[in-house]
Order: sequence, then structure tokens, then C-alpha cells
Amino acid sequence: MELLTASNIIFFILAAAIILFGILTVTSKKVLRAATSLFFVLFCIAGLYLQMNYQFLAAVQLSVYAGGIVVLFVFAILLIKNLGEETEQLCGAKRALGIITALTGLVISLITIYKYGFHTDSDRCNDIAAIIDMNEIGQTLMGTEKFQYILPFEAASVLLLACIVGSIVIAQNHKEEKK
Amino acid sequence: MELTNLAPIVLALPLLMFMIIGLFGYKMTPKFSGILGTTAFSIVTIVCYYIALTYFFGSGRLADGSMAKEVIFNFEWLRFSENLVISIGFLLDPISAMMLIVISTVSLMVHLYSMGYMHGEEGFQRYYAVLSLFSFAMLGLVVATNIFQMYIFWELVGVSSFLLISFYYTKPSAVKAAKKAFIVTRFADMFFLMGILILSFYTQTFDFGPLTEVTNNHVAIVSETMGGVTFCGLSVISIAVFLIFLGGAGKSAMFPFHIWLPDAMEGPTPASALIHAATMVVAGVYLVARLFPIYFFEAHDVLTIIAYIGAFTSLFAAVIACTQTDIKRVLAFSTISQIAYMMVALGVSGYEGSDGLGFTASMWHLFTHAMFKATLFLAAGCVIHAVHSNEMDAMGNLRKHLKITHIAFLIACLAIAGIPIFSGFFSKDEILVAAHEASPVIYWCQTLVAGLTAFYMFRLYYRIFWYNEPDYGHHTPHESPANMWIPLMVLTVYTCTSGFFPFTEYISPDLMGFESHIHWNIAIPSVIVALIGIGIATFMYKKKTEYPDKVVACIKNTYHYAYNKFYIDEVYLFITHKIIYKCICDPIAWFDRHIIDGFMNLLSWITNKTSLEIKSFQSGNVQQYAWVFILGVLSIVALTIYL
Amino acid sequence: MSIPVEYYLIVSTLLFFIGVYGFVVRKNLISILMSIELMLNAVSINFVAFNRFVYPEHLEGYMYSLFVIVVAAAETAVAISIIINVYRKMKNIDTKSINELKN
Repeated sequence: MELLTASNIIFFILAAAIILFGILTVTSKKVLRAATSLFFVLFCIAGLYLQMNYQFLAAVQLSVYAGGIVVLFVFAILLIKNLGEETEQLCGAKRALGIITALTGLVISLITIYKYGFHTDSDRCNDIAAIIDMNEIGQTLMGTEKFQYILPFEAASVLLLACIVGSIVIAQNHKEEKK
Repeated sequence: MELTNLAPIVLALPLLMFMIIGLFGYKMTPKFSGILGTTAFSIVTIVCYYIALTYFFGSGRLADGSMAKEVIFNFEWLRFSENLVISIGFLLDPISAMMLIVISTVSLMVHLYSMGYMHGEEGFQRYYAVLSLFSFAMLGLVVATNIFQMYIFWELVGVSSFLLISFYYTKPSAVKAAKKAFIVTRFADMFFLMGILILSFYTQTFDFGPLTEVTNNHVAIVSETMGGVTFCGLSVISIAVFLIFLGGAGKSAMFPFHIWLPDAMEGPTPASALIHAATMVVAGVYLVARLFPIYFFEAHDVLTIIAYIGAFTSLFAAVIACTQTDIKRVLAFSTISQIAYMMVALGVSGYEGSDGLGFTASMWHLFTHAMFKATLFLAAGCVIHAVHSNEMDAMGNLRKHLKITHIAFLIACLAIAGIPIFSGFFSKDEILVAAHEASPVIYWCQTLVAGLTAFYMFRLYYRIFWYNEPDYGHHTPHESPANMWIPLMVLTVYTCTSGFFPFTEYISPDLMGFESHIHWNIAIPSVIVALIGIGIATFMYKKKTEYPDKVVACIKNTYHYAYNKFYIDEVYLFITHKIIYKCICDPIAWFDRHIIDGFMNLLSWITNKTSLEIKSFQSGNVQQYAWVFILGVLSIVALTIYL
Repeated sequence: MSIPVEYYLIVSTLLFFIGVYGFVVRKNLISILMSIELMLNAVSINFVAFNRFVYPEHLEGYMYSLFVIVVAAAETAVAISIIINVYRKMKNIDTKSINELKN
């Protein structure tokens, strides 16, 4: 099994980066740094998607997550006074509990993955996956047939609308109303 | 008017008055509530008289000369089983008709009298409300068509008695007396209920109709269902009717349940006159009379026991009465003694024809006793009203101040002593005749009691109205207002006249009635004994003399025993406190406190600790919730996949 | 020979439990929100990897992660507006000190 092909090496690098920056996201004392690490995690995940030949998904990941959500985070952090510089003190017991929980879950999940044994025919998969293009994605999103997703699409649009309105209402300054 | 329409008024009106005065009395002026209660009860009295007189002189006499047993109305109230039904009804027979007259007369007089006596008392409306309740309960008791209805009203009179004894509920002694009366009578009522249950278990009926139906010298339903059944070697019939008698003994203050009655004198005097002299305390006698055929034919040995218990109680109470100094207590012991007299009469009575003299005499004495004892109590009430004390030492020479009361009291004393032409003579004579026929022991005992009765009544009379005048200070006793002495006079009239009514023709166990005449061979000795008693009393108490102290000195020990009521109360206290409390109640209490409560405390302690421990789960801290949630999910996953 | 699907799963599992750790341990609301993003992304990776390597005929996992991204965007926007509002009211976004509703 030749693992060390170029794409495999890239995968390992991406995987290592995801884990590393993930850990940094949850451990760094300054929130702004955590946000930066989060950005890198999201970025690397986009890389994984690219590797799997899902270019559109990678693009969406980059633009929505890395471009939109992280920017939102950064704005919020900067809006909240001192949060960018403030350091958190984590108490040891809580951290230990967190670590134990995470490790337990991790062990259970990994054992399950190891034991399950996925039967994949990678050649067939590669052949089929290679031919995904924008047209098919568009058809899948907008179609009404089986394996087509017009309903979730519309639901998502309503959700986004509600979300826009909701955000405005929540974040609005209520002082004028009180007068 | 039809009796069917009238009879419900007798029960409904007092109940209605109880509710109206009880619920809205606090909004009325005391005077209005008194007038309301009295007016309503005078209507009841008129109806009672109408019913009773119609019965006695009209509809009651059947073609064959016997008295009818009419059930005016009877409706089903509660059905236990196919056969066993509790009804509420109205039974009219000679004794219930007579009781209607007794209760309505005395109760009306007491209603009237209380307007004066209770004037200005705190809780005047409450008093009238309870008086109405009592009248309702007592009337319901005597007209009961079945033994369970009787039991219900029996308990109701117990409650109203409790309420009236504890009328001055701020006085600890009154509260104690009420408690005592209630507990003692309730304890006896428990036996009554047991008796009822045994009886109805076998006969499958509560109704007095079948229970007192005599055929061929047997109460058929009882002898058929219970005859031959024994328990612990005793016939079940005897056990049942003896238990029922014990219930009656509790209400009628027979030995050894007599201890509550003297203490019950803590209540207002008119209430004592009504409840603890004239009506409620004779309920036991009435109960035995009601079930007389069962006692006579099916459990004659119990009847004999009743006679002896009665004889003992009458002697016992008469001896105590000679030594008491509280005038109401003297009257209370006299009541016990006289009720025991009635019990004796029932106990020695026969059934057929003139053999039933004892029964008749008992009821007759019940009637006359109600009248003269009510007179005595109301007169004592006037005396207490005048001198503001119950003690003899605070009285003396009152005949000059309370002329009307003096006359009434004297007449009543003569009646109770059994002096001819006054009512007590006739009824007492009949009782002695019946006793004489049955047993010489009882006869002599009762004759002795008659003498003692005359002695202690005249001792009381002389101590109150003659003797030496104590220092009344600037407050000279004066005669009571008219609304007090008029009832007194009315009852005195009854006391004088009720001996001439031919009771024997109307009231007899077999309902047939019989002719009677005065047996001079019995009457003359008893009158002589009574006169001797009066003579001794006159000799000793007309003026302040040395003799009483000398007599006391002679029989010092006996006197002390009698003065302390033969320490029966102390015996009770010893039994309850030293034996029952110590050996039964204390261990139970300990068990309750340490085991039962301890277990409960343990449970609460566990709950408390556990909740303290798990309180932190409900912290509102979302992260902690998430942590628990994740752990839960993980454990479920691990369990479902790997187990 | 390409990477087997298990490797993706391992990466996503690690990422997910890193997110869990962050969610449980971090104190301020924004850090917690970021931990949620990590978990969402881990799930997305799973969906995509399954789609790509196990059932490539249809775009189910693909679409799922697309919608996850959309929903995450919406959720983040609302959450951050709430957090900012909370900060305005309480001058604090520490989970310990936000307990107004508790009483």
C-alpha cells in the first residue's frame, strides 16, 4: 500500500493541521487567537473537501465559514470590550473532567470505527466522484425527485430570512422603544 | 291534622333552629336568638303534645285494648346489604309518646328559664344553638324506629352534652369535665356499637319492629337466629344485650361509668337540668325499655344483672350524696341514684299483664323524676343565681329571700322523698312493689335508698333554706326574674300532678295496660322510712347544731370514703395512668416515636441527603448539562454496541 | 491508492471531541460557540467522507453538509447577536455569571 503519494501526504498534512489548530482553538487563552485557529481549521477542512473532488463544497466552506462566520466571530470579539486580550483561567478539575469525557468518547468512537470495517471500492468511487459538476449539484438542489433537495433548500432560505430578522431584532438597541 | 305531616316538624324544627342560630347567631342580638329558639321550641312542644295526646287518647288505643305501635314515617337512609338497612323514621308507641312529652316540656322550660339565667353570658347564642341541637338529638333518639338510628342520635346527644358541659370553655375544670364525660360515655358507646353489630349480624335487621315482636314467649327473630350460639361459654344473645346495656350504663351513669356525671355539673345549671337530670341520662333506661322483650325473654340473666347493678348504684350514689357540699353535686348523685332506681325497676319487671309493673314503674318514675329533678335543678339554679356560689356554706336561711324558689324546692324534695300526693310517691311505690315481688334483697336495699334519699334531699333543703344565715355582705339575695320562676312553677305543677295520671293503663311491656292501685303494705313502710330520713335531716340541719360533726366523727373513715366518692375517680386514674398508660400506651408511644417516626425520619434524612447531593445537577450551568448529556450518550452507545 | 474512509473518520472524531472538550471547559460564550463550530465541522467531514467513499452515486452527504454550513451560518449570526446583547445588559459573557433566569 503506497501511502506516500503526493495527495496522501497533503491529506496527512491537512489532518495534522486540523487537529493541531483544533486543539489550539479550544486551549488558547486569548479568544482572538482561538478565532484565528478556528479560521485555520475551517480552511484546512476546505482543503479536505477539495481533495475529495468536491470543489463547490470547498468553496462554500471557505466563503461561508472562513469568510463569513470567522469574520463575525472576530467582530464580536472586538466589539466585546477587553475580550480580545483577556485571558481565561481554567480550573483544573473542570479541565480534567473535560479531558476524561473527550478521551472516553474518543476511545469508544475509535474502537467502533476500527471494528466496523468499511467495505469501500475506491476505484468505483473515484470514477463516479470524478464526474460531479455544477450542473448536477444545481439539479440536486433544485429538483423534486428522489435524492433531490428542493424542500430543505426552501426551508433553509426561510431560516436565513428569519435569522436575518431575528438578529436585527435581538441586536437592536431598545432604548428608543423605552422612551 | 295528619300525624304524618306533623311528625317531621318535631325533628326538623330544632335542627333548623340549631343551624340558624348556630350559623347566624353571631349576627343576632342574644335576646333575639333566645326568643327565636324558645318560640320555635314552643311550636315543637305544641306539636309533641298534640301527637302524644292524640296517640294516648285517640288513635293509640286499638280495638283489642292494647296500645298501637305506629310507624309514622320511615325512609331508607343507608343500605348495607340485601337485608340490612339503616332507616330514619318516627316510631310512636307508649314510651316514645311519653318521652316526647317529657323532653318537650323540660326542654321548653329550660329554654325559657335560660333566658333569665344565662342573661348577659358570653356565647348566649351558642348556648341556644346547642340547646336546639340537643333537643333535636334527644327527640330523634326517642322516636327512633331502629337501633342504628337510635345510635346515631345517641352520639348526637353525647356531642351536645359535651358542648354544653364545656360551655365555659375558658375554665379548665369545665374543659376537663367535658372531656371526661365525652370519653367515658364514648367508651361505653363503643360497647353499645359492638352489641348492635353482634345483634344485627345475626338477626339481619336493625328495626325495633321485628326485634321486639313477641310470639309464644320468645322474640322469634332473635331466638331463631341467635339461640344456641355461644361464645366463650356465654350465649351470644346475652353478650350482645349486655354490651348494649353497657352503652346505656355509660349514658345513664350506672356504676362504674357514673364518674362523669358529677363533673358534668360544670355546665350551666339549666343545661344540667335538661341533659344531666331529666332527659339524656335516662336514655340508657329508655334503651333497655325499648329492647325489653329481648332482655326479658332471651337474656333474663342479663336483666337480673341489670337489677343488681342498679340496686348497687342507687345505694352507692345515695351514700355519696349525703356527704357532698356542692349543691349541684348532691343533685347529680341523687340523679345517679334515681336513674339506678329506674334500672332496678326494669331489672325486676315481668312481662305479661300486671307482672309488667316494674317496666311501667320505671317509665313512670322516669317521667316524674324528670319533672321533679328538673324543678330541683332549676330551683338550684335560682339559688346559685342569687348567691353566686355552688357551695352549701355560702347559703342558709334563703327561704326569706327566695320565697317562690323555696316552695318549688320544697315540693320537689317532698316528691323525690316519696311523700304521698306528690308524684314521686306513686312511681317509687310501684318500683318498690315490683322489687318486693322479685327479690327481698333488692326491695330492702331500695327502701333504704328511699330513706337516704329523703335524708340527703332534706339535708340539702335545710342547708339552703334554713340553717344559719351566712354573711351575704351588702349583696342580699333576691328572687329571680319572672322568666326564671315561671318555668319553675310550671314544672312544680307537673311534679304535684303527674302522680295521678294512670300510667299503668297506657304503658306496659306487653302494651295491654293494666289496673293498679297503691299497695299500702309497701307504701307505708317506705313513707315511714322517708319520714325518718326527713326527721333526721330536720334534727341535724334545721339549725346549726353539733350533731353533724359528731356523726362525722363517729364514722370518720366511712365519711371520708363517701366524701371522696369512694375514690372511684382515683381508681380510674390509677388504672388509666398507672396501668394502661404505663404498660400499653407508653410502649406504643415509644414504638411510634422511635420506630415509626424513626423510619420516617430516616426516609426524610435519606431524601434530604440525596437531594443535597444531586442538587448540583440542577445548577443551571449549561456546560455541566452538556457534560452529563455527553457522558450519558457515551454510556448508552457503549452499552448498546458492546454489551 | 487513496486514503481510506477510516482516516477521515479518525480526523473528524478527533476534531469532534476537541469540540466537546472546548464546549465543556471554556468559560466565555464565544469560545463555546467556536467549539460548536468545530463539532459541526467534524460532522460535516463525516458526511462528506461517507458520501465520497461509500455511496458516491448520490449527493446525500454532500447536500447535508451544505445545509449544515447554511444552518451554522444562521445559528452563528443569531448566537452572536444574542451574545452581544447579553454583553450589553450584563457587561459580561462568562457562563458562570449569567444566571439571571435561574432565580
